[in-house]
Amino acid sequence: MAAHNLKHALFCAIVTLIISYPILGFNLASEGTTVTLEGAKTSTIVGVLLAAVVVFLFQLFRDNLMGSLRQLPAVNPLANRKPMEQSKRLKLESTLLTLMIIGALVWPFIASRGAVDLSTLVLIYIMLALGLNVVVGLAGLLDLGYVAFYAVGAYTFALLSQYYGVSFWFALPIGALLAALFGLVLGFPVLRLRGDYLAIVTLGFGEIIRILLNNMTNLTGGPNGIGGIPDPTLFGMEFGRRVKEEGNTSFHETFGIAYSGEHKVIFLYLIALVLAVITAIAIRRLMRMPVGRAWEALREDEIAAKSLGLNRTAVKLSAFTIGAFFAGFAGTVFASKQGFISPESFVFLESAIILAIVVLGGMGSQMGVILAAIAVTILPELAREFSEYRMLIFGAAMVLMMVWRPQGLLPMRRIHIELKKQE
Amino acid sequence: MQDLLYFIQQLINGLTIGSTYALIAIGYTMVYGIIGMINFAHGEIYMIGAYTALIAITGLAALGIAWLPLILIVALVCAMIVSSSMGWAVERVAYRPVRGKHRLIPLISAIGMSIFLQNYVHLAQGSRNIGFPALIEGGFRFGAEDSFQTSITYMQITIFATTLVCMTILSLFISRSRIGRACRAVSQDLGMANLLGIDTNRIISATFVIGAALAAVAGLLLGMYYGSIDPLFGFIAGLKAFTAAVLGGIGSIPGAMLGGLILGVAESMTSGYLSGEYKDVVSFGLLILILLFKPTGLLGKPEVEKI
Repeated sequence: MAAHNLKHALFCAIVTLIISYPILGFNLASEGTTVTLEGAKTSTIVGVLLAAVVVFLFQLFRDNLMGSLRQLPAVNPLANRKPMEQSKRLKLESTLLTLMIIGALVWPFIASRGAVDLSTLVLIYIMLALGLNVVVGLAGLLDLGYVAFYAVGAYTFALLSQYYGVSFWFALPIGALLAALFGLVLGFPVLRLRGDYLAIVTLGFGEIIRILLNNMTNLTGGPNGIGGIPDPTLFGMEFGRRVKEEGNTSFHETFGIAYSGEHKVIFLYLIALVLAVITAIAIRRLMRMPVGRAWEALREDEIAAKSLGLNRTAVKLSAFTIGAFFAGFAGTVFASKQGFISPESFVFLESAIILAIVVLGGMGSQMGVILAAIAVTILPELAREFSEYRMLIFGAAMVLMMVWRPQGLLPMRRIHIELKKQE
Repeated sequence: MQDLLYFIQQLINGLTIGSTYALIAIGYTMVYGIIGMINFAHGEIYMIGAYTALIAITGLAALGIAWLPLILIVALVCAMIVSSSMGWAVERVAYRPVRGKHRLIPLISAIGMSIFLQNYVHLAQGSRNIGFPALIEGGFRFGAEDSFQTSITYMQITIFATTLVCMTILSLFISRSRIGRACRAVSQDLGMANLLGIDTNRIISATFVIGAALAAVAGLLLGMYYGSIDPLFGFIAGLKAFTAAVLGGIGSIPGAMLGGLILGVAESMTSGYLSGEYKDVVSFGLLILILLFKPTGLLGKPEVEKI
């Protein structure tokens, strides 16, 4: 047994060296047309060797380590606790939610401008993640091209405002409905496909939309994007220093206060907050409606759901369309916040980030998804010096999550009725 | 005559690209055939193969070695070793622990791995694209001097020849060798093969290693053909190769070869007659159409849904 372990450990250590040394140990540098090779820093090479030694030792003593780990008493204090009673839990959850919303309402008036701007972005991601949560978490349809619907929402607003001078409030429902229409049109043929084929087809669709946006230069401006997207107005009041459109008044003049750029940022944040809350409530309601139950039934067992008389296509299509609708919402807000959009913002990586949020938070769990969206957007901002490692950590976190805790950080708990024991 | 020569040129270009797609597609199709998952990180393994080959080529040049066959063979061997180790490690770390769970879980794990590997190379080697020396230059030309000439470069011939050799070796390996027979048995029925004493874990590892080695060959060839590489170029190539695998019928090795060639030709015809920008649209569109109308692909077997 020991000899077998040694052989295996040696093999693993060698593989570690092979996969890390050539890539990390040599740096390719190109000067003009010639490519030269430089040795990496000593610290990197020491790190690679150290990693190999760690792998070797771990594999060598793996049986002992695992054995002693299992003998340790359960350190998790929550492991054996009784699940909270359902009515209590629901009460606690709604108290928490109310507190969160109150906190979010007060937040823009105490935080700095940059922080409020970032919070708007967080809210946009929350909307996106909640929408994708319907598709992936509830209906179990892996959509890797979700960003396409986000792009449809954003570009709808940008193009309508550029060509027809449509304002934010008109564009918001149009963008969302158009995104939903795209979802419907795409979903109709592809939802017959099995899970992993669906993933690839949606991914292809996302790429097609991005390539089209990039190449239809005379309509979308191609890679240069569209700029000058107007800010939302409050009952015809504009937030700029000067009124741009006739018939409008400006916010600071109406209320007789000094002009401040912060008003606009706060206003946008509040819009995003309201929309995010609407999204969360709407989806929460949908989850308890027959259609929401049907999503979950289909996710759990397609054949059983079908034999109970559910229309597979209609159920899947409704999830897909509703998910796309909220992505369109988020897209319109995003376009208005940035004032400028280009296909750069709608790459596959964005879809992957939103998916990562849903997966990390716990597929199907709204609270988990919201917390994960906050964490995933804010953590990289806090740790600026590690920002280049952001995606590396993302990828690793997705893998580790699937290996150790596929249900996510805050797994979804089904609403259920418990039978009371008879006295 | 002009038009015919132009057409033939596009055909040759398409077949060149297509044969490398076929090499990458083998990895997808074999893995899918055995454990029924899409190895999303396969494109990254191909990209790592290309980087290793470039590192080996530059290293040999720095040592003053200029004999072309030696450079090519060393680069090929290095790329294959690193890529196959990577393939083995990826399966071990990211796929084996989640094997047998719900379908989406291995897929998400694979996407995570793909992002991880992309950024691993990005951090180690920078995000800019790096020139890949064209080691094989020159070619044959056909047609009148003063008008359009069809050309076949030696590079293209090398790609054809290498692909042909790899495919022949693979076919012989799958049909004749012990591991190859075990591979076929496992892909027919994993549980039964296990009962009959086949170490299925080893066979699955072997599948990943074989697929990764072929992807590394494609990495070296395409790196030389395109003349530059960057950490993101594995993603699109992987997607194309997957399309090729689905087109031919996923799980079927001859299907992957056929699918690769068809896809390559379709792409180069689009660039030749429409516009190069839309070639990706055409290949993804093709993928969507095939999945809609013939999900089993050209040479695939229909799948029976069991309850």
